[in-house]
Amino acid sequence: MERGVHDRGGLPTEERIDRREHALEDWEVLTDALAGALARRGLVNVDELRRGIESIPPVEYERASYYERWLLSIESILSEKGVLAAGELDRRAAG
Amino acid sequence: MSYRVGEPVTIADRAHRGHHRTPAYLKGKPGRVERVHAAFRNPETRAYGDDGLPRMPLYLVSFARSDLWPGARASGDHRVYVDVFEHWLEEGK
Repeated sequence: MERGVHDRGGLPTEERIDRREHALEDWEVLTDALAGALARRGLVNVDELRRGIESIPPVEYERASYYERWLLSIESILSEKGVLAAGELDRRAAG
Repeated sequence: MSYRVGEPVTIADRAHRGHHRTPAYLKGKPGRVERVHAAFRNPETRAYGDDGLPRMPLYLVSFARSDLWPGARASGDHRVYVDVFEHWLEEGK
């Protein structure tokens, strides 16, 4: 059965699960707020957010942290909908 | 709602390339309906800009650990509970 990179429930591993709590960075809290604001405006719903996360190429998916995946998804969904122009975020970030 | 609490079901063993909420480890596995939640917008279409209507019934389904991972090293058995949409359920035996 073909499965997506995110669909890993039940795969065998010898690694222990890291259950420690950790503080979130400011950008991670902002990313969560951004996703909430976009959902309330009707621009990105939770299913689209998840679809965007699941569509990240496997190598990039494995390298990205939890909220980095959210950001990658938000950017691709907003680009797909024409809310963001191609390369717009990079241009703005470059100032 | 087509399934009742206590009814045996089997999770459809089908590939689905797009977004869906049925994890691979359940596909083709036997389970039992524990609760009928309600009907919700379908994430499989809502993930692509659709309104997700019609709403699809969602069930709480339980599975025996030994059915999901028969070879796992575990002492005793327990049940795993997962929410599954109706269009992923088939009649069990």
